[in-house]
Amino acid sequence: MTNIWVVMVFGGLITFGMRFSLIYLFGRFEIPDTLRRALHYVPPAVFSAIIFPEIFLSGGVVNLSPANPRLLAGLLAILTAWVSRNTLVTILVGMAALFFFQWVQ
Amino acid sequence: MSEAKRNFLEGARAEAPILIGVFPFGLIYGALAVNSGLSTTAAQLMSSIVFAGSAQFITAQLFSESAPALVMILTIAVVNLRHMLYSASLAPYLKDLPMSWKTLLSYLLTDEAYAPSILHYEKEGLPRFKHWFLFGAGISLWLNWQVSTAIGVFLGASIPENLSLDFALPLTFIAMIVPVMKKFPVVAAALSAGITALLAYSLPYKLGLILAALAGIVVGTFLEGRAAAKGAQ
Repeated sequence: MTNIWVVMVFGGLITFGMRFSLIYLFGRFEIPDTLRRALHYVPPAVFSAIIFPEIFLSGGVVNLSPANPRLLAGLLAILTAWVSRNTLVTILVGMAALFFFQWVQ
Repeated sequence: MSEAKRNFLEGARAEAPILIGVFPFGLIYGALAVNSGLSTTAAQLMSSIVFAGSAQFITAQLFSESAPALVMILTIAVVNLRHMLYSASLAPYLKDLPMSWKTLLSYLLTDEAYAPSILHYEKEGLPRFKHWFLFGAGISLWLNWQVSTAIGVFLGASIPENLSLDFALPLTFIAMIVPVMKKFPVVAAALSAGITALLAYSLPYKLGLILAALAGIVVGTFLEGRAAAKGAQ
């Protein structure tokens, strides 16, 4: 039986440590320009890496068929986000589209 | 209204629509955790001790498979590696704060607090009291996460799995990130990260995620550097 409390305490400390790491270290050494520039790409890179598998994969394999409701709903949400620039509208349209495409099948 | 309070409310307001996407995720986590055999106390406290959605999901899953503690701890570490990138990217904006603020804001630094805050800071630069924005976003997410976990733990097995409520979370990320796709290097970074994530999806412990993020960052930085070099000629 795994001791979940040990896992939670160490997992929590490590997670906090990683969140704190560079906020703590900043200013203690010189940051090269390239690295500074690279940090601007953190949001688009990380969030795309989270989003793509959610809409393009089903059951662990790439599914580009129109029978993949998450793909259709995801693409519609991307379009909605681009046009409306509104988080709430994007979530509502995306969820409604997902329910609709799942229901149609 | 004081400047601090104004920034706090602005952060909380920017976070509000995201909360709608996170709430069902918290419900599902709470339900999954108790169904995986965690006690209600452990399921609830994981949401404040670890406070990282996807790591909590995987931990609950590994717990139900009786994985060794060390494997679970290492998995949490790898799944949360991306937070070092967030830490690095926010560091310049928080550099002058006292250690107590840095500690508090680091604890609150999740995907969902990071996204609106960094977009806000990149637009607004470095006004005073800007840390209150991140605090407002972070604390409202924290409260939402505790409450949604509690309801999920309480409802447990009665939450149907096939409702696809989990899809609300990627939708919030789409809503945050699509509007900033304006320059070519940013679009290229997003596409390379996304495609790498698909190719590397089968790697264990979500290592594909961090690999994909690094690929996107390298591509974006390289293309921006090349464009700058061309412009200088």
